[in-house]
Amino acid sequence: MPKASHPQERLNDFTIKFANVNGTGSASANALVMKAIFRMGVPVMGKNYFPSNIQGLPTWYEIRVSKDGHLARSGRVDLMLAINIETYAQDVKEVSPGGYVLYDSTWPRSAVLERQDITVLGVPFAKLCNENFDGVRNRILMKNICYVGALAALIDIDVEVIRTLVTEQYSKRPKLVDANMKAIDLGYQYAREHLPCPLPLRITRLDHNQGHVLIDGNTAAGLGCVYAGATVGAWYPITPSTSLMDAYRGFCERYRVDAETGDHNFIVLQAEDELAAIGMVVGASWNGARAFTPTSGPGISLMNEFVGLAYYAEVPAVIFDVQRVGPSTGMPTRTQQCDILLCAYASHGDTRHVLLFPANPDECFHLAVAAFDLAERLQTPVFVLSDLDIGMNDWMIRELEWDDSYRPDRGKVLSAEQVEKLTKFQRYADRDGDGIPYRTLPGVGPKGAYFTRGSGHNQYGLYTEDSAEYQQVVDRLKRKFATAAALVPRAVVEGPGTRPIGVVSVGSCDSPIREALGQLERCGVALDYLRVRAFPFGAEVEAFLASHSKLLVVEQNRDAQLRALLVLETAVEKAKITSILHYDGMPMTAGFVTDAVLAALGGSDRRAAAAG
Amino acid sequence: MSTPKPKVAHPSLPRNSLGLTRRDYEGGMSTLCAGCGHDSITAAIVEACWGLSLEPHRLVKLSGIGCSSKTTAYFVGEAHGFNGVHGRMASVATGANAANRELTYIGVSGDGDSLSIGLGQLAHAMRRNLNMLYLIENNGVYGLTKGQFSASADVGTKSKKGDANTQPPVDPALLALSLGAGFVARGFSGDKPQLVPLIRAGLSHPGFALIDVLSPCVTFNDHEGSTKSYAFTREHYHPAVEADFHSGAAADFIAPAESISVDYREGEEVVVPLHDGSHVHLKKLDPGFDTSDRAAAYAYIAAKLKEGQYVTGLLHADPAAGGDLHAANRTSATPLNRLPFERLSPGAAKLASLMARYR
Repeated sequence: MPKASHPQERLNDFTIKFANVNGTGSASANALVMKAIFRMGVPVMGKNYFPSNIQGLPTWYEIRVSKDGHLARSGRVDLMLAINIETYAQDVKEVSPGGYVLYDSTWPRSAVLERQDITVLGVPFAKLCNENFDGVRNRILMKNICYVGALAALIDIDVEVIRTLVTEQYSKRPKLVDANMKAIDLGYQYAREHLPCPLPLRITRLDHNQGHVLIDGNTAAGLGCVYAGATVGAWYPITPSTSLMDAYRGFCERYRVDAETGDHNFIVLQAEDELAAIGMVVGASWNGARAFTPTSGPGISLMNEFVGLAYYAEVPAVIFDVQRVGPSTGMPTRTQQCDILLCAYASHGDTRHVLLFPANPDECFHLAVAAFDLAERLQTPVFVLSDLDIGMNDWMIRELEWDDSYRPDRGKVLSAEQVEKLTKFQRYADRDGDGIPYRTLPGVGPKGAYFTRGSGHNQYGLYTEDSAEYQQVVDRLKRKFATAAALVPRAVVEGPGTRPIGVVSVGSCDSPIREALGQLERCGVALDYLRVRAFPFGAEVEAFLASHSKLLVVEQNRDAQLRALLVLETAVEKAKITSILHYDGMPMTAGFVTDAVLAALGGSDRRAAAAG
Repeated sequence: MSTPKPKVAHPSLPRNSLGLTRRDYEGGMSTLCAGCGHDSITAAIVEACWGLSLEPHRLVKLSGIGCSSKTTAYFVGEAHGFNGVHGRMASVATGANAANRELTYIGVSGDGDSLSIGLGQLAHAMRRNLNMLYLIENNGVYGLTKGQFSASADVGTKSKKGDANTQPPVDPALLALSLGAGFVARGFSGDKPQLVPLIRAGLSHPGFALIDVLSPCVTFNDHEGSTKSYAFTREHYHPAVEADFHSGAAADFIAPAESISVDYREGEEVVVPLHDGSHVHLKKLDPGFDTSDRAAAYAYIAAKLKEGQYVTGLLHADPAAGGDLHAANRTSATPLNRLPFERLSPGAAKLASLMARYR
C-alpha cells in the first residue's frame, strides 16, 4: 500500500473533484456526497463542470469543504475521484501536491502517469458492481453509488447520514433504497479493508449550517417569480436558464393549482423561439399580468427588437439572463458575465435598461421579486443578470424568508373608477414629474383605451412624426431612467469606505472576492469593496468611485464590460481604474483575485493600502 | 397620422343591442392610398363588430408592421390597440390572451408580415389554437417599401418594374388547413356582403380563426401582369403608373382610384378582367361543400389554385376541434390578470416548510 508523501491533516478544509462520464448518474452520486457533508454541519460548495452533451463525454464535479464557509472555488484538488478512464491522465496532473487519487482499479492504470508527490488509491468499483448487480445500466449507475461508499470510509462521512438521504430520496421506491445502500456498503467495506481509512482529509461534525439550505439560483429565481405573483411565463429552452422555468412550473403545480377545480392559476408558454417568448411577455404584461422569460445570451440577442419596443412603448417585462460563455454559441455550459453591455443597451435606437445583478441564490429570489416591482413601477423591461455558476450550482445560503406584509407594486395603473373620472386619458404625459406616465389595462373602459405603438408617438399616445413631440417623449424616458436610479437596490459596500483603494465588482465574483479580501488583509493589504447590484447606478456607487484614489474592477468577461458601463454612466475618472478580468468559463478562485490584486498594486499602492 | 373622425351621428342611424351606431365602431382617418382594398376590409370589420354588438373597449386590436398593420388604428377607436414589431403580432396576442381570456382579440396582418417575417409566429399561434381572429390583408406585395414581391405572390406575376416572380407562393388558407386551424376562410376586399359574415363568424369562433382577404394594392400591384390586381379602366389607371414609374418625379403621386365590387352567387365564378387581358378568378364555394372536412377543403382549394382560381368563402370550420390555449393549459376561468395576489403568493409559512426540502 502506497504511503502519502505529505500526510498533512486537513480537517473540514479540502476539495474533492469527481471526474465522471456524463449520463451515467454521477450527478446524483456527487450531490449525495455534498448533501451528506452539509448535513454533518460542515459548510460546503459544489460546482458542476459539464459538457454540452447528453451522454458519454467527460464531466467533472467539485466539492469544496470549508469550515470557514468559503463558497468560491479553492483552486486546489486534494482528492480526485478519477472514474473516467478517458481523462485519467489530465485528472492526475491536476491533483495538488500531497493529494490523493481514487480510481477504479478493475483496470490497471498506466505506469507513465505515476506521480511521486501524490497518493493513488484503488477500488475495483466495476468489478464489485458486476459481481453484485444485474443489468448493464444498473451496474453503471451502482458503480457511482459505490464510490460514495468508498469516499465515506476515506473522509469519514457518516454512513447513517447517507442512509437517511437515500431513504428520503427514494421514499416511494424502497427497493431502490436497498440497492443503493448495498452499493454504498460494498464501497465502504472494501475501502475499510484495503485503504488507509480515514485519510488526513476528513470531515468532522460541526454545527455551522443551522438555518442554511443548499439551493441553486435558478430554483430560487423561479420561486421568486411564484412569490412575486407572476402568472405568465414564456420561454424557449436554452442552457443554462432552462431549470428556472422548470422550477417555476414545479412550484406552480405545487402552489397554484386550485384544490377543488384543478384550475391552474398560471400559464407556461413554451415559445417557438426567443422572439416569440419576449413577445408573449410584452403582450401579457401590457394586459396586466406579471410575466417573465428566462433565457441566456443568444436569447437576449434575438429579443432585442421587442425589448426596444417595450422600452419605447413603456411596457413592463422581466427578463432573466442566466449568462453563459459567448460569443455566438460559445461554450453553453460554462459561466461568464458577458452580457452586461448587451442588456444595458439592448435594441436599436437610444435605449437603456434597468439591470439587477444577483450574487447568489438568495438574491436571485429577492431580486426576482424586485424585478417585477421595478418593471411595473417604471413600465419598462428589467433584466436580472445571473450566470451559470449561480443559476445551476447548489449554493449554501441562509434559508429563504418571506415577509407576508409584502404587496406587489403594480405601478401607475388607473382603475376603472379613475378612468371614468378623466376628461381625457393621456398615456404618455408626465403628470408627476418623475418621468413615469399613467397606464390603463385593456378592457378597463372606453375612456381608457389607447393605441400602443413602437412608432413615433406624442405624450397623448397619438402617432406623430413631429420632431418636437417625438423629442418630448424620449427626453421624458431619460428622466424616467434617472428616477430608476433611486428605486433600484443599493450597492453593497464592505469595509470602512475610507480606504484609498477600492475593489468594484458584480454578481458571482462576490464569493472569491470576499475570500480574497481576507487573504489580502492577512498580507497587509486592506481594501474597500463595492458590489453593484443594479444599473442605473445609484448615488452610493458614484460616491464610492469618487472617494477612492484607485479602483480595481473585477469581472468575468474579456472586455471589461462593467468597467465600460461605469466609465460611460458615472463621472469616474478612467485613469484610476484597473481591470481584473477572468473569462475562461470557470468560476473564479480567491487565489486568482488575490494574485491579480497584488500584481495590480504598485509599491506605493501597497503602502497606501497598508496604511488604510 | 391617425386623425380622429368627427363623430356626427344622424339620429336615424340604426343602433345595435348596445345602442351604438356604426359610427361608434369607427377609428381614425385612414392614411392608406385612395382605393386601397384594406380600407374596404376596415369597413367590413366595423360592420361586423357593430353587428355583433361587441363592447368596443372589450376588443383588443393587434398588428405588426406594414400597410395592413396600420389599419387597426382605423376601426373601433375605443378598443385597445397594439401595433408591435414586424411579423410578431401573434406572440403579443398570445401573451395578451394568456393574461386575459375574456376579451375579444382581432389581429390584422399582411402577407409580408404573416407569410415571410412572421410565418413562424403565425404557424405556432395556430398550433396553440389561440382564441383570436387573425386577418391577413393579402396583396402579394410590400407597399411601404415600394413594391417588392411578398411570399404570396404567384409564380409569373410581374412586379411594377416588370420582373416576374419565380418562387411559389405560400397560400395562407392551405397553410392554416395543414396546421390544424379550426376556422379558415378567404374573402375579397371588394366583396363586403361576403366578407362581413366571415368576420362575424371568425370573431365568434372559439379558437384560432384565419381569414385570408385578397386585398389589391392599388399603387404597387395593380398593373399589367399582376395576378393580384383589380380591374381598372385603362384611362383611369394608366396615367398614375406612367407618372410613377417612368418619370420618377412623381413617385408619391397616386391617382384616385375606386375599388371594384363584385357580386356573385354561391358556386359562381367571377372573372375580373385586367386591362392587359389577363383575369382574376374568384369563386364562391358550392352550396353543398362540407366545410367540416379539412382534407376535402384542402384538395378543393389546391385544385382550384392550379387552375388559377381563388376559392373564397368559408373553407373550413370545426368549432369543436380541440380546446384553445386555455383549455390545453387548464387555466383558471378567472383571467390570470385578475387573480388576487393572495391566491398567487404562497406566503411565509409555506416557504418555511418548503425550505426543509433543501436542507
